[in-house]
Amino acid sequence: MNNNSPNMQNLDEIVRSTLLDPYGIDDSGLQRMLGQVVSKGIEMGDIYFQSAEAESWTLEDGQVKKSSYSSRQGVGFRSIIGEQTGLAYSESFDKESLMKAAKAASSIAKAGKSKTLPVSKQSAERPYYLADNPILSIDDQAKIDLLNRLDEKARSMDHRVKEVIASLAGGHGSILIINQDGKLATDIRPMVRLSLSVIAEDKGRLERGTSGGGGRMSYEFFDDDQLCKYAKEAVDQALINLDADEAPAGEMTVVLGSGWPGVLIHEAIGHGLEGDFNRKKTSAFSGLMGEMVASPMCTIVDDGTIPDARGSLNIDDEGNPTERTVLIENGKLCNYMQDNLNAKLMNTTSTGNGRRESYSSQTIPRMTNTFMLAGEHDQGEIIESVDKGLYAKNFGGGQVDITSGKFVFSASEAYLIEKGKLTKPVKGAMLIGDGPSALHQVSMVGNDLALDPGVGSCGKDGQTVPVNVGQPTMRIEKLTVGGTT
Amino acid sequence: MQHTDIASDALEYAMKNGAEEASIKLSTGSGFSVVSQNQAIDLVEQFNDQSFSISIYIGKAIGSASTNDFSEEQLRMTIEKALSLSRLTEKDDCNGLAEKDLMATEVKDLELYQPSGLTIKQAQEMAIECEGAAFDVNDLVVNSEGATVGSYESHSVYLNSHGFIGETESTGHNVSCVAIAQKDGQMEMDYDYSSTRGLDDLSDPVSIGQSAGNRAVSNLGSRKLKTQKAPVLLSPRISKSLISHLLNAISGTSLYRKSSFLVDKIDEKILPSFVQIYEDPHLKRGFSSTYFDGEGVQTNPRGLIEDGHLRGYLLSSYSARRLGLETTANAGGHHNIIVQNSVDEDLNSIIKDMKYGFLVTGFIGSGVNIVNGDYSRGANGFWVENGEIAYPVNEVTVAGNLTDMFSKIQKIGNDPETDGSVFCGTVLIDELMIAGE
Repeated sequence: MNNNSPNMQNLDEIVRSTLLDPYGIDDSGLQRMLGQVVSKGIEMGDIYFQSAEAESWTLEDGQVKKSSYSSRQGVGFRSIIGEQTGLAYSESFDKESLMKAAKAASSIAKAGKSKTLPVSKQSAERPYYLADNPILSIDDQAKIDLLNRLDEKARSMDHRVKEVIASLAGGHGSILIINQDGKLATDIRPMVRLSLSVIAEDKGRLERGTSGGGGRMSYEFFDDDQLCKYAKEAVDQALINLDADEAPAGEMTVVLGSGWPGVLIHEAIGHGLEGDFNRKKTSAFSGLMGEMVASPMCTIVDDGTIPDARGSLNIDDEGNPTERTVLIENGKLCNYMQDNLNAKLMNTTSTGNGRRESYSSQTIPRMTNTFMLAGEHDQGEIIESVDKGLYAKNFGGGQVDITSGKFVFSASEAYLIEKGKLTKPVKGAMLIGDGPSALHQVSMVGNDLALDPGVGSCGKDGQTVPVNVGQPTMRIEKLTVGGTT
Repeated sequence: MQHTDIASDALEYAMKNGAEEASIKLSTGSGFSVVSQNQAIDLVEQFNDQSFSISIYIGKAIGSASTNDFSEEQLRMTIEKALSLSRLTEKDDCNGLAEKDLMATEVKDLELYQPSGLTIKQAQEMAIECEGAAFDVNDLVVNSEGATVGSYESHSVYLNSHGFIGETESTGHNVSCVAIAQKDGQMEMDYDYSSTRGLDDLSDPVSIGQSAGNRAVSNLGSRKLKTQKAPVLLSPRISKSLISHLLNAISGTSLYRKSSFLVDKIDEKILPSFVQIYEDPHLKRGFSSTYFDGEGVQTNPRGLIEDGHLRGYLLSSYSARRLGLETTANAGGHHNIIVQNSVDEDLNSIIKDMKYGFLVTGFIGSGVNIVNGDYSRGANGFWVENGEIAYPVNEVTVAGNLTDMFSKIQKIGNDPETDGSVFCGTVLIDELMIAGE
């Protein structure tokens, strides 16, 4: 992957030429701001320069009729004493506005006397995605053509397809972080995403099917094979739902499909293992380090280093390299996900999970790509093993109450299993469970680990960041299904 | 006002460079938020935002662009981007500004700007006091996710090439607390909040903290219910979600895309005869109050549901043209929605009349399909037996179909929350499926 990208020195220069040079900010200017942010008495702090651009193209009624473009920039300042954080930012890059924001952030300190700090460059590798701007990867007409081809493919699959809405989005951003030690780190982050929604109608009944994909790549990823796959997936889902009966209600054995259903891992386990909740002891997993929190078949990791993945980062938003962190090994809880602040307060080190939505938001521990590792069973074998239950193949979103541990996730495509066979499709339903106990119920794990296709976003404290979820097919002995019959 | 000058210059530049119609929104905002965690200040955040966005029409095709950099060079680049996009997209005869004769002419002072001069230091004291009140409830309140106090103000101007200019100034104040109670190794979290335009309307931080603490304690010892059909009572904190699903289903975009279970239901009876719902865009100090909508169209109070009949949709000029109708001044969404009570009873007196049922005080997850009305959500709350709360409930789901759920509404209470922009009291629904053990 490295072969195609400009070398590291160059990238640092590119980021500086975007974020600093146009505003006449040099190393001595950085030092002055940093001296203010970590003035006397302040233990930690950083300055986060960011600029980002994004575009989207939307197809509806068989035509691309909408397009929008946005650009945003800002500088975030953070000062920390003990557990106390001061945050401020400026969207203007002139020296006066920047110093004003730096002072506002550091005003949590009682007597602020500024220090002088040297600036040093941190040599971070950039192995996980290319720095190229996806918005420029193909020309605008090619973006329109791509959506038109997707529309044709979806409509030609079945006459019951009535509406097709598709959107193509791309973004590109540069960040530069300098922390209390004068350590400077940069990253350039691309992102693309294609989403498809179809509505099928039969005998007056309407059903929706959705699909999509993407990652830290260029638009060239969306070739004809990918488009066919998305079209088929969305249309199949809508048509299957046209025939779906009412979903069952109550506790039953559930087989979860691979890929997207990994939202289970994200909600049931992932959030509860974020460092801030455990430092504050507000998580249902607080104090369970070293305990068995899942069946011995479960090994769960958070891995921000997967090439091109939507949730991957070369460095987190504090300049730390991302890692592959084993959260649960053979059922045993062995690590939390940490940022600098919570790691320090818990006497450990960052796992490269410090993330912020933008310069205007607080850095907190967040997931990247979170998934369960593969087991040994074939998918068919797992379904055949169930006498009566539900096979939930695809999912929408989910949510968790990290304190009580209760989580939900909603099935968008599901089937009844009777005597080891999939008998009929049933309507979407909410599944609800208890995080610390649900994964003790895992009794079979498939050999078909897959990540979701790259359209997921995670919300926490009002901040949205891109993530991936994933898992192999798995059998859960008992989970509550929220149907109507 | 400086905002209007920047926006007017930008509009002139767009029109000179080929735009046939254009609209601009420019806004700035500032404020702060402080959090108390375990009786010490955990976070002090200060905001300072600005944004500029433009939509340009050429030959009935649209292009949009936005930026937060107000330098002349960047504004020009943003306008040129919108111009170039509008030359690439396909035309749509339904595109364009709202009709000129619909532009708001009567400027109304809706009292949205209520600056208080609240300082960060005062806010910190309020947050600590609020969180302290939660801890003071009793020893079972062992922790918190923090008490937050915030204040902000924003200024915006919308203008378009019909010559319409609308300015808005507004403020907001809020206090909230998330308390955690613990007993026998089980932790339960609950919250309360107040959010208002003026500081003088804000609930006392102590009462918010106490309420959050009491709620968290009352959730302790929760259990699942047996899978069954039972009457469901929605507390005022969450009953507004049911109304939001209705509003979503009658929004123009859902309707013209045929992705709503309420397509073509205008003038039909979709709720019991005792249900009346109004939209009031002119509520003083309201959170969704405005005299002009997102396209400059004059807003007016109106009935949405009369005696259970659907009397209006929520349309922008675009969705209206798609449906062959006229805009309802809802570009940008609904305004304040008021659901009239059907009985002169509040939550407690409705409970007294119940033989049994499930009182829902919290929902989790968004399992609502607006295309067909299918509804399935995670829920927690209390089991009610013989007119009294019997025990707390968690880890169950409530499911049904919105068409059916609307028709099964039995009572709407007189106790709406006073925050937000949808006002609805306790709602009693007959027999829904509850999935549990």
